[in-house]
Amino acid sequence: MIWNAHYECMEREELRKLQGERLQAMVEKVYFNVPFYRLKLQEKGIEPGDIRSIDDLQKLPFTTKQDLRDTYPFGLFAVPLQHVVRLHASSGTTGKSTVVGYTHNDILMWSEVVARSLTMAGVTKSDIVQVAYGYGLFTGGLGLHYGAEKVGASVIPISGGNTRKQLQLMEDFGSTAIACTPSYAAYLGEALAEEKIDRKNIKLKAGIFGAEPWTEEMRTQIERLLGLKAYDIYGLSEVIGPGVSMECSCQNGMHIFEDHFIPEIIDPETGDVLPYGELGELVFTTVTKEAMPLVRYRTRDLTRLHAESCQCGRTLVRMEKCVGRSDDMLIIRGVNVFPSQIESVLLEMSETKPHYLLVVDRENNLDTIEIQVEVEEQFFSDEVRELENLRRRIHANISSLLGLSASIRLVEPGTIERSMGKAQRVVDKRKLN
Amino acid sequence: MIIKQLSVFLENRTGRLTELTGILAENDINISAFSIADTADYGILRMIVGRPEIAADVLRKNGFTVRITDVVGMIVPHRPGGLHKALQIISENGIAIDYMYAFASGDCKATVVIRADSLDRIIDVLQEHKLELLQAGDVYQL
Repeated sequence: MIWNAHYECMEREELRKLQGERLQAMVEKVYFNVPFYRLKLQEKGIEPGDIRSIDDLQKLPFTTKQDLRDTYPFGLFAVPLQHVVRLHASSGTTGKSTVVGYTHNDILMWSEVVARSLTMAGVTKSDIVQVAYGYGLFTGGLGLHYGAEKVGASVIPISGGNTRKQLQLMEDFGSTAIACTPSYAAYLGEALAEEKIDRKNIKLKAGIFGAEPWTEEMRTQIERLLGLKAYDIYGLSEVIGPGVSMECSCQNGMHIFEDHFIPEIIDPETGDVLPYGELGELVFTTVTKEAMPLVRYRTRDLTRLHAESCQCGRTLVRMEKCVGRSDDMLIIRGVNVFPSQIESVLLEMSETKPHYLLVVDRENNLDTIEIQVEVEEQFFSDEVRELENLRRRIHANISSLLGLSASIRLVEPGTIERSMGKAQRVVDKRKLN
Repeated sequence: MIIKQLSVFLENRTGRLTELTGILAENDINISAFSIADTADYGILRMIVGRPEIAADVLRKNGFTVRITDVVGMIVPHRPGGLHKALQIISENGIAIDYMYAFASGDCKATVVIRADSLDRIIDVLQEHKLELLQAGDVYQL
């Protein structure tokens, strides 16, 4: 089933023409409405008239996450706030969020691409979709919610967590599709096995999982535990949220909705555009977004693009699962975590720079994070109460910044290995790839 | 009257305490008393040693986190009710004890090491009631 065959199955040449037209209009819009972009284009000596087709995309400058932070909160908006109907935000390295805005039309477009995604997973208006992504500043919950409503499915906006309730509603309401992070899906699957719920009462047939990296082994495990077919959805809030690309039933990569988001693969070192099939950093240009259009936004995700036609009939380019990040960001339970965020918390708590180590693991299919902090003499009290207070303070400060509960382990100074050059701050024990 | 106690942060790791006692032995430092407060991940070793400043230095050089804490050593009779009477005096004066540990010596006496915020008051109160206090010279190797 295809939600919007006109765009999803468009001839490549026709699509390129459409992209070119939309790109021209977008560049003109940001040039006249976003001082940041006007300056960047002027620096490169580019005027809107120089962009005549999709081939001119490479002339444009890149936008980075740092640019989003520098223009925090609304500096990249191309419309006045009166036209912005929604704000989302994701965590950033220094505690400042990356903010994204949506106009009414942006919400419609987002709903459209999520509707296309859900249709790829076989979801129709006859389905009951349990949205177990977090609702809130994170784009997962509301993104899937609006898309599922657009399809006409019955939506259960249960949000994340509360596992018993999830299973109860899954059984009582007869959910036929579920959307959440893959690690939570695996957790739900194991909880289901433990709860001794009669499998006859579980009607799930499709799962839409994303927001964190996962493997084929996890897919097999989730499919076995929940008795459904697991689909990979990709997105990032800067571009729109979930629904930038989605796996079709052929499960041969994720189709990028290129009529809205133009992908490129670049060499992360040189910035040169690489041909289809080569591994590099994924870059997106949004050509229809109104509130916050992005020009050649560097996602830091490393992947490959494939343009060969897909058996499903869609002509949209496919991206592979991302193999890693070109920077040090960790994705833990769907939350972006930068080691520098942890560092900033610890720095705030003491005059000297503490040594620390992040140990990321996966227990019972849930990501765990342990932060080992060296107890420097100025921290050290010989009363357990004081040390436990310190530990609780670190825990609370990290939870409030990251929205993530980390276990804090106080260790002796010198225990954490010192390295020459760039410090090894992260041990990721999760077995991916 | 104030005794210098060494407090050492120790990770719960097999052999860690042995490393510490080895260093003290090599440096000819005697341990008069010690106790360990432990949690799941770490412990705090508190000990009264001869030459506390030197002990702290050698331990620091060997990578231990050390702190010198002031404590009081109270000497009580080593018989039923001996400790009780002393503690009654302290609590009746409204003094809160952070932690304490004790060791018995051969001469029918026991020494109780006490850490509290108001050490000076403890000393005053105990002396008022004619209780014997440990002198620095009794425990340190001079």
